Amino acid sequence: MAQIFHRSANSLANITIAAVILGIGGLLWASYRIDQGSFITEVGIARQQPVPFSHKHHVTDDGIDCRYCHTSVEVSPFAGLPPTETCMSCHSQIWTNAEMLEPVRASYRTGQSIEWTRVYDLPDFVYFNHSIHINKGVGCSTCHGRVDLMPLTYKANTLYMQWCVECHRNPAKYVRPREEVFNMTYQAPGNQMELGRRLVAEYKVQSLTDCVTCHR
Amino acid sequence: MRHRITLLPLILSLAACRQDMHNQPRYKPLAGTGFFGDGRSARPSPEGTVARGELHIDKARYTGKVDGNDVTAFPFPITRADVSRGQQRFNIYCSPCHSRLGDGNGMIVRRGFRQAANYNTDKLRNAPVGHFFDVITNGFGAMPSYASRIPPDDRWRIVAYIRVLQFSQNAKLEDAPPAERQELEAMPVTPSPAPSPTPQKEVSR
Ligand code: HEC
Ligand code: HEC
Ligand code: HEC
Ligand code: HEC
Ligand code: HEC
Ligand code: HEC
Repeated sequence: MAQIFHRSANSLANITIAAVILGIGGLLWASYRIDQGSFITEVGIARQQPVPFSHKHHVTDDGIDCRYCHTSVEVSPFAGLPPTETCMSCHSQIWTNAEMLEPVRASYRTGQSIEWTRVYDLPDFVYFNHSIHINKGVGCSTCHGRVDLMPLTYKANTLYMQWCVECHRNPAKYVRPREEVFNMTYQAPGNQMELGRRLVAEYKVQSLTDCVTCHR
Repeated sequence: MRHRITLLPLILSLAACRQDMHNQPRYKPLAGTGFFGDGRSARPSPEGTVARGELHIDKARYTGKVDGNDVTAFPFPITRADVSRGQQRFNIYCSPCHSRLGDGNGMIVRRGFRQAANYNTDKLRNAPVGHFFDVITNGFGAMPSYASRIPPDDRWRIVAYIRVLQFSQNAKLEDAPPAERQELEAMPVTPSPAPSPTPQKEVSR
């Protein structure tokens, strides 16, 4: 009986198998990259705001503390965005004729709140709380990046579950002394693990990985 | 097989549910709403009601005034912890204009804001503590009110720290405790800083 398949079919079969495996792998890899890329996660993409508010100017150049505007960050789940009165506490006197501040003045005149575009927005089935992170020594810059250098605010982290849990598994990698939480230029020291373990013991930081911590 | 196909719309409709769970029909803090005329989901409290923890009966503590006069004593004992807290709050809310020394030449003033008050004047050194409380609560001239951002007890702590600033800016070497005096004496003498470029104008109103 004559051979049905030519000899080359052997290698063809092998190549096909390899190609399929590589192809599926490649597809998975590509979709993973897209999923982690800034097109989906919006990391690193500056948001257009009704007023081009610059943290760089207000924080770095003018030395204003985060809490001057984000008043409730230490005591509540919500950091809070400043009401128009807060802007007007300075802009009633400086830059009073600036065109780009007209929405702020209009809001002050009419009492209509400025509608900021959210940069960070967790899905509603996730519970998050700022105050506990601040009080246990997690710095703003650990989660929000160098806000003090951003002319327009952009997202510095994905807020994916794996990102939260990575820290919750081993907080010692990230905690810093409480008085450094608002310091945007803080650099983790060389002996971070040593310091971290000491702080974790001192602040009684737990490792919270139960689903119900965040999904409640 | 036909039956399975009919499942397809069902499965697809499940995908739609995901968004509902992401953006649930409830108000998050500060979210806008079309339901109320002013568009705010956080409602102001109705007139004549008192929220929990907002019943401010102790007039001296919550207004800094008794019978219309500024009180002259702190309404609660000030500890070291209170002063440290006051320092922290002062540096957040007051130093942008009044500077960390309280001389009134903070960064925002240097950018063109009206000259803020220098605390080291006889007028303010002799002012009763209630006056400072009143300024933080109700504002003063060009200075806005900080009542919505600083709770009453923290206002008193800030006042306590202003007293510290007023003292330290006029302190003599003899005022330092002996241990620190030695340390200060060991330090090289630095020339006293040049007088500030914008001398404090008399704050009169
Ligand atoms: C002068 C007031 C002011 C100060 C000071 C300030 N912020 Fe903001 N912040 C704003 C305003 C207004 C917005 C909304 C517009 C925007 O997103 O840029 C905002 C937005 C943000 C956001 C994004 C919120 C979101 O999800 O939309 C983060 C994060 C943030 N600020 C962090 C900080 C940190 C950290 C500091 C201190 C280093 C700080 N801010 C200091 C006014 C301020
Ligand atoms: C503590 C004082 C202070 C507060 C509060 C404040 N600003 Fe400013 N702002 C300044 C100063 C000072 C400048 C000038 C910037 C510079 O030269 O560094 C400025 C500049 C600006 C500018 C001009 C563009 C730029 O960045 O230089 C915009 C827009 C602006 N502010 C928006 C806001 C908004 C919106 C708020 C309220 C969330 C706000 N500011 C609150 C002090 C303040
Ligand atoms: C553990 C990480 C983490 C730390 C630390 C952290 N944030 Fe956030 N922040 C978040 C997340 C997550 C959100 C989105 C919350 C949401 O969508 O409900 C957020 C939202 C915000 C917002 C938008 C308003 C809000 O509350 O939703 C502001 C403003 C903000 N953060 C400021 C700060 C400041 C200032 C600090 C430092 C004092 C800080 N954050 C520290 C994770 C963090
Ligand atoms: C860099 C570290 C870090 C990151 C990132 C982080 N957390 Fe945390 N989280 C902590 C620490 C530390 C605690 C305090 C644990 C304890 O109770 O001792 C905490 C506590 C919590 C709590 C408990 C609050 C309570 O009242 O019980 C919640 C909820 C939470 N985190 C949610 C989140 C979510 C959601 C994210 C991601 C968006 C996140 N965290 C990201 C470090 C982190
Ligand atoms: C530290 C906080 C935290 C803990 C602990 C946690 N999650 Fe999550 N989870 C999140 C966040 C944040 C998201 C949203 C991620 C996103 O934006 O897609 C999420 C999303 C999810 C989703 C939905 C995914 C999607 O894309 O819709 C599921 C399902 C989930 N978590 C299950 C769990 C289970 C099961 C556990 C326990 C083993 C758990 N989570 C523990 C923070 C947490
Ligand atoms: C936005 C800038 C600004 C900030 C922030 C600010 N002040 Fe003032 N303050 C002023 C100005 C300007 C004056 C002078 C008022 C005038 O003459 O119109 C003043 C005056 C004063 C006076 C003098 C009142 C008198 O009797 O002469 C006191 C006391 C005072 N401020 C306390 C404070 C305290 C306490 C804080 C922090 C909670 C603070 N200020 C924050 C701008 C500011």
